Amino acid sequence: MTFLTVVYALLFYVATGVLLFGLGYKIRQYWKTPQPLKIPTTPAPVTRSGVVIRMLKEVTVFASLFKGNKWTWLFGWTFHAALLLVLLRHLRYFQEPVWGWVRFIQPFGKYAAFAMLAGLAGLWARRFLVDRVRYISAPSDHLMLALLLGIGISGASMTFVAHADIVSLKAFFLGLIRFDWQPIPSDPLLLIHLLLVATLMIVFPYSKLLHAPGVFFSPTRNQVDNPREQRHVAPWAEELERKERRQAAAG
Amino acid sequence: MADFDIPELKEYPIIPHIQPGVMAHSKPFVAKPEFQEPLGYPGELVDNWQEKAIEKLGELKGKYRSLQVFLDACVKCGACTDKCHYYLGTADPKNMPVARQDLLRKVYRRYYTFAGKYFPKLVGAVDLTREVLDDWYAYYHQCSQCRRCSVYCPYGIDTAEISMAAREIMDSIGLGQKYCNEIIGKVFKIGNNLGLPEPALADTLEGLEEEVYEDTGVKVRYPLDEEGAEILLVTPSADFFAEPHVDGLIGYGKVFHEAGVSWTLSSYASEAANFGMFIGSYENMRRVALRIREAAIKLGVKRIVFGECGHAWRVAYSFLNTLAGPFDFLDPNYPVPQHICEFTYDLIKQGRLKFDKSENDHMVLTFHDSCNVARASRMGDFPGGQFVIPREIIKATCNHFYDMDDWGIKEATFCCGGGGGLLTDDLMEVRIKGALPRMEALKDVVENYGVTHMAAICAICKSQFTKVLPYYGFTMDQIVSVHQLVSNAIILTRGTEEPGGEAETADAA
Ligand code: HEM
Ligand code: SF4
Ligand code: SF4
Repeated sequence: MTFLTVVYALLFYVATGVLLFGLGYKIRQYWKTPQPLKIPTTPAPVTRSGVVIRMLKEVTVFASLFKGNKWTWLFGWTFHAALLLVLLRHLRYFQEPVWGWVRFIQPFGKYAAFAMLAGLAGLWARRFLVDRVRYISAPSDHLMLALLLGIGISGASMTFVAHADIVSLKAFFLGLIRFDWQPIPSDPLLLIHLLLVATLMIVFPYSKLLHAPGVFFSPTRNQVDNPREQRHVAPWAEELERKERRQAAAG
Repeated sequence: MADFDIPELKEYPIIPHIQPGVMAHSKPFVAKPEFQEPLGYPGELVDNWQEKAIEKLGELKGKYRSLQVFLDACVKCGACTDKCHYYLGTADPKNMPVARQDLLRKVYRRYYTFAGKYFPKLVGAVDLTREVLDDWYAYYHQCSQCRRCSVYCPYGIDTAEISMAAREIMDSIGLGQKYCNEIIGKVFKIGNNLGLPEPALADTLEGLEEEVYEDTGVKVRYPLDEEGAEILLVTPSADFFAEPHVDGLIGYGKVFHEAGVSWTLSSYASEAANFGMFIGSYENMRRVALRIREAAIKLGVKRIVFGECGHAWRVAYSFLNTLAGPFDFLDPNYPVPQHICEFTYDLIKQGRLKFDKSENDHMVLTFHDSCNVARASRMGDFPGGQFVIPREIIKATCNHFYDMDDWGIKEATFCCGGGGGLLTDDLMEVRIKGALPRMEALKDVVENYGVTHMAAICAICKSQFTKVLPYYGFTMDQIVSVHQLVSNAIILTRGTEEPGGEAETADAA
């Protein structure tokens, strides 16, 4: 067992733990926080199934963003769609045997890396070229794009330029899952790629990447427009009303 | 007259380059202790305001999911940056919705997030200093809570929610806005924003009855505090005297008259507006809303109808049931509450109203969708009813109607510039500049279709336009009420032969 293997094994356990607990904590927080008033934004569906359709449109085709800005939509959607394909393609490193559809998407996933990089480059260019977007960008906004670009470039290099030892890598990850550690291949490009990925996993729950769970909890997007038909009251507002009634009864 | 430049009207809104700080001086008058205390707020800035403000932020984000999610989720994509009329009109980057949110978000990050506590520079987190508080006071009073930004944000982040929370925080540390808080105090004390007591109202309504009788020869009634009436009408108090608002009120009365239903206003709940929403205060908004419930119970009405007012309709449609419900003591056959436009539209559909459209032939009309109706509420029993119904009423009463371009109507509508508690003279500059996109849309239909008048269903819009239209080369009387058009065109068929006889028929209906 090399020192490198121990470091990376621990790194990925920690990263996975932080990602899962961090996200779990935030999702629980969103879940538990009441929304006292009905605030869906037009066009607001009047039924629950309408809300499901609206949400699907937001997360699959970024419907509101499309209305908002065509360039950002183009780059942003390309990046996310490609990211999804790339992530799914990576499933093969974590399973044995590999599912049929995961094998099927391999060639698409391979080239999706370029689409992902192009999307990220476009988004980053906006942060420099558009004065309004430059104004609202903090260092972390640039770093996040740099991180993702770094992951994409190091990953694509291994696919297209300097192949890594995929077989050993897979053995390493299966070993992590089965708690039976196997040596990690010491290819520098691969080590950089994995380090960046672990970083991304760790910052996820503490950064703006919370938009991923956040969108599902956004009241302007997930509420049914039926305030006249159904009374909507938050628990703390009910408590307020009860207190008033007690006071009225006492006084 | 103005010590700033009035923006030049282009063919459509041009996105300006940023000019940092140009609107930092724009601040409304601060509320004196006498206006703070009746609302339950400290009279002036408390000594430990920083600590209290941070504590309040923590409390609010635990009570409002919107606030918690919106503070976290923004990715700084910039899609909202060119959507705010105040940015388009002023070019101050802090009037870009995301930058406005960031004024609060950077404080949230500093005190409530891991990244902001340990790496503040990296994520743009800052301490809550006096400068930050001054920025809050300036820029959270340059947001009309119109929600246009929310439509285009990929996560629906609604800057209105953020500015409401910020105002609630400022109120809670003793830094309130005079205009809103004074007005809310008047509602608590007298019953309406304008502070019109019962005798003044009775007098005004009597005057209206006489005026309509002289005009039409028909005794249309404008009743006040009549127990046992079927409908309680709650309308913005501007309707009681200001032009063109009052012409709308005259119209409601004529519609009720033709419908043959009995109705009444209430002197206790003589205000549809609810500025509690503007200051983000659930408690104060609820206190104002409860007056309507109490009036409805006391007068024994069966239905509640709201007059033309944008944010009032938001509070009525979206919040009233929450704040002051359940309304199980009212007639379950009608939605609670109803908008006067819904009421009129139903009658038109049933063919129960007759119009002489030529009465409005001296006007070519367009329609201004008020933000709170367009993006924060609805009418009728189908999505988009809030766009269809007022337009159908205009088309039923006028021969000439043209919509403005798609970029400035319906859910994309631009604010009048005076909403959200900004309708005060101490904010004139931001009001005028914020009206720019709407004025550009209007100019387009004026030039291309010969539009002469713009109709609206909001008291704030009407007041704001009356004031700002002249700055852009229009005249103040080019803004009209939708029910003013109804009033002009409606043919009164009841009670024409027998003056004074319709009170009985009304009761029988
Ligand atoms: C439910 C899943 C998700 C949805 C619906 C979603 C949606 C969006 C949208 C609409 C944007 C704004 C447009 C843009 O700038 O691209 C955005 C931005 C972004 N997303 Fe996501 N996203 C999701 C998951 C993720 C994940 C898993 C990651 C990263 C690992 C990610 C990384 C980013 C980044 C870095 C940006 C900012 C891009 C910039 O700086 O301009 N997203 N997301
Ligand atoms: S709610 Fe309206 S006024 Fe406020 S930031 Fe958004 S667009 Fe501007
Ligand atoms: S559109 Fe939404 S996510 Fe994008 S910058 Fe504006 S508030 Fe943030």
